[in-house]
Amino acid sequence: MSTLEIDRVRKAYGSLEVLKEVSISIGTGDFLVLLGPSGCGKSTLLNMIAGLETISGGDIRIAGRVVNHLSPKDRDIAMVFQSYALYPTMTVRQNIEFGMKIRGLSQAERDKSVKTAADLLQITHLLDRKPSQLSGGQRQRVAMGRAIVRQPKLFLFDEPLSNLDAKLRVDMRTEIKRLHQRLGTTIVYVTHDQIEAMTLATRVAVMKDGVVQHLDEPQSVYDRPANVYVARFVGSPAMNIVPGVLEVQGDNVTAKVDIAGKPPGRITGIPLSAEAARKYAGKKVLVGIRPENFAVANGGSGAMLAVTVDVVEPTGPDTLVVFHLGGVEVTARLPPKQVDAGREAALSIDTSKIVLFDADTETRID
Amino acid sequence: MAEALSQSGKARLGRLAIYACLLAVALVYLMPLWVMVVTSLKPLDEIYGGSFIGLPQTVTLDAWRAAWSQACIGTECTGLKPYFVNSLLMVIPSVILSTGIGAINGYILTKWKFPGANFVFGLLLFGCFLPYQAVLIPMARTLGILGLAGSIPGLICVHVSYGICFTTLFFRNYFVSLPDELTKAAMVDGAGFFRIFWSVILPTSIPIIVVSCIWQFTQIWNDFLFGVSFTSGASSPITVALNNIVNVTTGRKQYNVDMAAAMIAAIPTLFVYVVAGRYFVRGLTAGAVKG
Repeated sequence: MSTLEIDRVRKAYGSLEVLKEVSISIGTGDFLVLLGPSGCGKSTLLNMIAGLETISGGDIRIAGRVVNHLSPKDRDIAMVFQSYALYPTMTVRQNIEFGMKIRGLSQAERDKSVKTAADLLQITHLLDRKPSQLSGGQRQRVAMGRAIVRQPKLFLFDEPLSNLDAKLRVDMRTEIKRLHQRLGTTIVYVTHDQIEAMTLATRVAVMKDGVVQHLDEPQSVYDRPANVYVARFVGSPAMNIVPGVLEVQGDNVTAKVDIAGKPPGRITGIPLSAEAARKYAGKKVLVGIRPENFAVANGGSGAMLAVTVDVVEPTGPDTLVVFHLGGVEVTARLPPKQVDAGREAALSIDTSKIVLFDADTETRID
Repeated sequence: MAEALSQSGKARLGRLAIYACLLAVALVYLMPLWVMVVTSLKPLDEIYGGSFIGLPQTVTLDAWRAAWSQACIGTECTGLKPYFVNSLLMVIPSVILSTGIGAINGYILTKWKFPGANFVFGLLLFGCFLPYQAVLIPMARTLGILGLAGSIPGLICVHVSYGICFTTLFFRNYFVSLPDELTKAAMVDGAGFFRIFWSVILPTSIPIIVVSCIWQFTQIWNDFLFGVSFTSGASSPITVALNNIVNVTTGRKQYNVDMAAAMIAAIPTLFVYVVAGRYFVRGLTAGAVKG
């Protein structure tokens, strides 16, 4: 059992509050990603879980045990750092066995653990090298090896891939996912890269200004973001947030959006509870539409919009099409070679995927 | 083509001028050393005969022998030997202690920061700018109270406390460039304060240890003022003894012995520079260029 409970945890430096009552709870084998821009408190939270920062309020429990005042070595955790933090004067082998040496394990036990970890990470041939003789990816593996030999209850990763180049980052991401599948250990992983969060996590906590904005499975965070901030942060290109006015006729919910130089467009058939529909009828709302929920209209059903295409950006598998809707720039992901820049285009929208937000609080309306 | 030739000719001429200039400056700089070396190898009569810069006609090591073991310092005619030993006895512990304390200070000031750490560092820096003369009397009073006045251990205390400012500065600036994650990783691995210091931090700091040792060795070995103020008689360091040899003579001034004595006093620092000098420059510039 290796659960992690973060219970109303606060962190303040003097009067500056960097974490405000953060509560997150994950189960054994979960892969929690703390996602947010720099300065949102995610690394601070990770350091607090590790015991490298003190806790100003609340409790952190690992496997049911409160660890607030335990030193890092007594928390049964292992950590992988952004800069890898390999001991520069030690060989790879010495790096990996340093912790075991301190805990007083015998040479035989150490050799066995090092061998197992090295085999798992395919770094056996590097064991006698110094960190300076390794490439970025190899250093990353060694850092993970150092964590694995502890057999901890909890793995902590602090932006482990951000020092790698793009290609290697994707490879190592797969590697980490494979490692998680094989070892089944609970992992807390900090990143500002939403793709890493989507691909790796079983649970994502999107953070901003020391507050968890949304904690859920990655797909739920993507499909039903809790607020405009989360909607914009997760997904690339970001979710389009279009100002509009809600019109309700019976069960039919429609968002009216302005189109420059044309009569307003109507997006009909938005899923919404009767209660919310009643509350927001005739009011301003923000309409959240993912780029891939646009399609070229083929005369079928669904909401239809006639827009003037501004820019066309082919990416290969599909083309990003930029136009204006409701006074903001909107991006649609369409199949290649369907529309031309400067021309009119008729687009349909998958309204079942639309998310509405309150225009003032910017939180999701259900 | 002709233009290119004249271009390279011009460059060569410029280079030649630079070398000539460097050579001239080096000669000016080396001249005193040359005079010292040749004078120390000449018999006294030859020196008084008027030959000063020229090569010795008869080479003799008598002056060196005299300076080392026979020259009179005050009333004792023991040569520099016992004072050379005094200096060694003083320098070695002083260098080790001040470098060690500086290393721990630098480690704490960068990796175990406490509220006000920068203020404390500022105060320590202030010590670097304190002139020797300003601390003489308080230092003498303190040594008197501690019962260490006029002894080698007392002089060690003075040099260690005066040197800590410099060594702390060296180590602090070096450790600042080591990533904090290194300490954090070691903490997660279960290492404590001293374990991290010994196993992780110190092995990476060889260049700055060498810098600190060279700096401290040179400063302490060459110091005269503290030596003459806080020791007396048989416990004096070599610089004080050298001064006594040169300044206290009866009869003809023994230039060859004076020169040999000065050379003997200078050899250890020269030796340290030759052996460890390449680390010196490397260590001084370490961390300055990060990339």
